[in-house]
Amino acid sequence: MPRFLGPSVRVPLAWLGALLAAGTAAQTPAPLEELPRMPSGVPDLTGVWQALGEAHWNIEPHAAMHGTVASLGAQNAVPPGLGVVEGGAIPYRPEAKAQRDANFANRGTLDPEIKCYRPGVPRATYMPYPFQIIQTEGDILIAYEYAGASRTIYMSNHVEAPVDSWMGWSNGRWEGDTLVVEVTGQNGQTWLDRAGNFGSANMRVVERYTPLGPNHLHYEALIEDPTVYTRPWKISLPLYRRIEPGARILEFKCPEFAEALLYDHLRKGASTETD
Amino acid sequence: MLNAKTKRAAATAAVAAAVTSAAAAAGADGRNAFGQPDLQGYWTNNTVVPFERPPELADKPFFTEEEAAEFTRRRLGPQETEPGTAEDVHYQLTDFGLDHSQNGVVPNLRTSLVVDPPNGRLPPLKPEAAEAARRRVEYQREHGFDSAQDRSLAERCIIWSHQIPIIPVGYNSNLQIYQARDYAVIQTEMMPDARIVPLDGRPPLPDAIRQWLGDSRGRYEGDALVIETTNFTGKSNIRGMPPGALLSRDARVTERFERVDDDRLLYRATVEDPFNWAVPWTIEYPLARIEGPMFEYACHEGNYGLANTLSGARAEERAAAEAARKGGGEND
Repeated sequence: MPRFLGPSVRVPLAWLGALLAAGTAAQTPAPLEELPRMPSGVPDLTGVWQALGEAHWNIEPHAAMHGTVASLGAQNAVPPGLGVVEGGAIPYRPEAKAQRDANFANRGTLDPEIKCYRPGVPRATYMPYPFQIIQTEGDILIAYEYAGASRTIYMSNHVEAPVDSWMGWSNGRWEGDTLVVEVTGQNGQTWLDRAGNFGSANMRVVERYTPLGPNHLHYEALIEDPTVYTRPWKISLPLYRRIEPGARILEFKCPEFAEALLYDHLRKGASTETD
Repeated sequence: MLNAKTKRAAATAAVAAAVTSAAAAAGADGRNAFGQPDLQGYWTNNTVVPFERPPELADKPFFTEEEAAEFTRRRLGPQETEPGTAEDVHYQLTDFGLDHSQNGVVPNLRTSLVVDPPNGRLPPLKPEAAEAARRRVEYQREHGFDSAQDRSLAERCIIWSHQIPIIPVGYNSNLQIYQARDYAVIQTEMMPDARIVPLDGRPPLPDAIRQWLGDSRGRYEGDALVIETTNFTGKSNIRGMPPGALLSRDARVTERFERVDDDRLLYRATVEDPFNWAVPWTIEYPLARIEGPMFEYACHEGNYGLANTLSGARAEERAAAEAARKGGGEND
């Protein structure tokens, strides 16, 4: 297997045509030789990637609407989005739908993102921050800019999640050029977006990362959780490589940005310090 | 519950396990498929060797094997306190948590992690830095419990002071190295920020971008990964620095992870910071391969300690105010 150029090389003109083609024929994998590959021959997904769009506001189709912070006016308003849920609506069980609606009504205080909590999967993928895939000969690391969250994708020695965690436990494998990752062991405290969509600790997510060319991935996540949904359902969206020179994730250590919110009632002299 | 003797026997076994559990995927030449020296995997730096050399060992940089064994035995033993004293009432980490003895330590004959200056101790702070540190300690004495922002970066779950350079901590003293074609990543278990190190020779970050863990650039030199880090905030410290002292914005940390064999690395880090010290200083210690995995350390999400600390301080203030009010009443 010849070694192909890494992702840090300049994009040859010939690739631009392939990118345009990929844009018009979504999910049609590009000719294999155009992908950066590992010495073993599998695609090398190493690089900085980001979702574009409005899924982080609400993964279901939604019109533009007021934000939750009136003083921020239009800056805090929710942009409209077509949604990324196949079929449009999440198939909630009735009681779960009620929970989602309650979450939505209180999203201005309950969204774990407000407190800088790790986002879980798949939400980490389409938050408005880049993430970086580090692909080694063995396991794969995904480091997310938001909150410094990360997860290891174990490519061998697959085990059941030993313990629940915010980012879950990821077992990965290759199906052709598609990286398939099964995520379990999430703790049920994360949301799927800013609109209160959610799963429980029983959630099982099967992600598929399929290269459409050197700079685009097709991302799918099949979500199963019989305690919350009536059937498995799927989201899909493209991921884009950040191609600007020197692209990287930077530090977004957000606990300090949530401190005033979380702890100011305990500040010396605070009016509500008896809380 | 295990008694102390059983615990120690288990600890000895753990030491052996820690340093012999080879899981290396490297080729016969110790290189990975990218041709890089293979450093990938899980490593521990757990140690009983103190950061600075104890004054009584001033001229003795190395123990003999026997002395090291005795020093390790004493350091791993149960905490000995006199019954009936305040010190005797403490959290027994060996029984209710994780301590060195349960994790196993990496054998090391050195008497300090600091290897330069040759006396094994940090150089003295320059006068201006010492004065700034003194003022910070004084402020902390008065205001250390006023607000979240007055607590340490570690309590606030922003960064811990052992992350760069990497300094052994009391427990979970483990790290993971990932190697991709153009990147290496260093991740410590306690505060698992993925420190992504570009290896492609790109220019450093603009001066305006300052990060808690700085900005790292790396390269391979022979069997070693060499990382240089700058762009610190000027608001963080390194575990082992004098109280109140902070690493300056001009600091530079140069680290070296050198492959010794499949199961051992040698870590060396030099800190240059002309605001604090007239000369650089260097630490060095071995890393031993361990079996993974490392678990998610969600410090901030589980941070009840910070709220409880502040809440406790407010309760003490209310109690003091109440006592003063009553005391004042009695005096009237």
